[in-house]
Amino acid sequence: MRFAVLQFPASNCDQDAVHAVRVLGHEADYVWHKETSLGAADAVIVPGGFSYGDYLRTGAIARFSPVMGAVREFAASGGLVLGICNGFQILCEAGLLPGALVRNRSLQFRCEHVFLKTATHDSPFTRRIPPGKVLRIPIAHGEGCYFADEATLAALRANNQILWQYCSARGELTDEANPNGSLLNIAGICNAGRNVAGLMPHPERACEPILGSDDGRFIFESMLETLTDRARAKAA
Amino acid sequence: MKAKIIITPKKAVVDPQGKTVQSALAHLGYQGVTAVHVGKYLEIDLAPGTDPAAARQALEEACHKFLSNPIIEDYRLEIE
Repeated sequence: MRFAVLQFPASNCDQDAVHAVRVLGHEADYVWHKETSLGAADAVIVPGGFSYGDYLRTGAIARFSPVMGAVREFAASGGLVLGICNGFQILCEAGLLPGALVRNRSLQFRCEHVFLKTATHDSPFTRRIPPGKVLRIPIAHGEGCYFADEATLAALRANNQILWQYCSARGELTDEANPNGSLLNIAGICNAGRNVAGLMPHPERACEPILGSDDGRFIFESMLETLTDRARAKAA
Repeated sequence: MKAKIIITPKKAVVDPQGKTVQSALAHLGYQGVTAVHVGKYLEIDLAPGTDPAAARQALEEACHKFLSNPIIEDYRLEIE
């Protein structure tokens, strides 16, 4: 499979994302933000970083980059799009995901491994995660506090759009396990169509045992299984 | 001609920066402060002879779709 990894000025997790895809035995291409086409991509990763210096708001300027038009079309046609950290912020600003990410409640930049509970396995991003498995994946952000109004939160819950929540090592959703003050301990969500997802933690930094965790693989393997199923269905 | 835009966090959004400034004010002995909200101020220079009504309409749109995020922020626009 071929992943397009977007590059904005001051993206800094693009190489990690490309590396992770290649470690998993697949292909990844960088796509510069001024491009208007994603090429022959099977999936898109909007990587982490500090696009446009986080000026104005995180993701506020990147969302108007030319490549985002192509991402919007790709998403509208059902393509899989994963936003990681700043990529999550960009997808929210673009309106491809509901809600917004604001300053961590502690005001601290948090850079550490956290535990994640998978709230639903019914998505192209979570289907391969073993049931009951608590993922250990690093975060590195200052503005990862998920906020949405009551109506949006209710819709997220009703449609099973919450994919991952910060939890303790034993899988309990506690305030202590919530590194940034996110509402409902939300670490990642998907859109109503379930083909666009975003999360603050960095699965691409947790795909090899030498990095201290390879739990991130489950997320990419979920996407890959979905893509393989789709390719098979198309060929049949 | 100038446009002045003040952007503040919505009341429903926890504003840890505002709370930290509020507690620092209390530590410094400033009494009677019940809340602080930290936002942004943008000053935009407009070309001479710009029609104020047209400028307001364009900037309202810019505030809504770009300069502020209506999910988390309110804005106030003044043209003078």
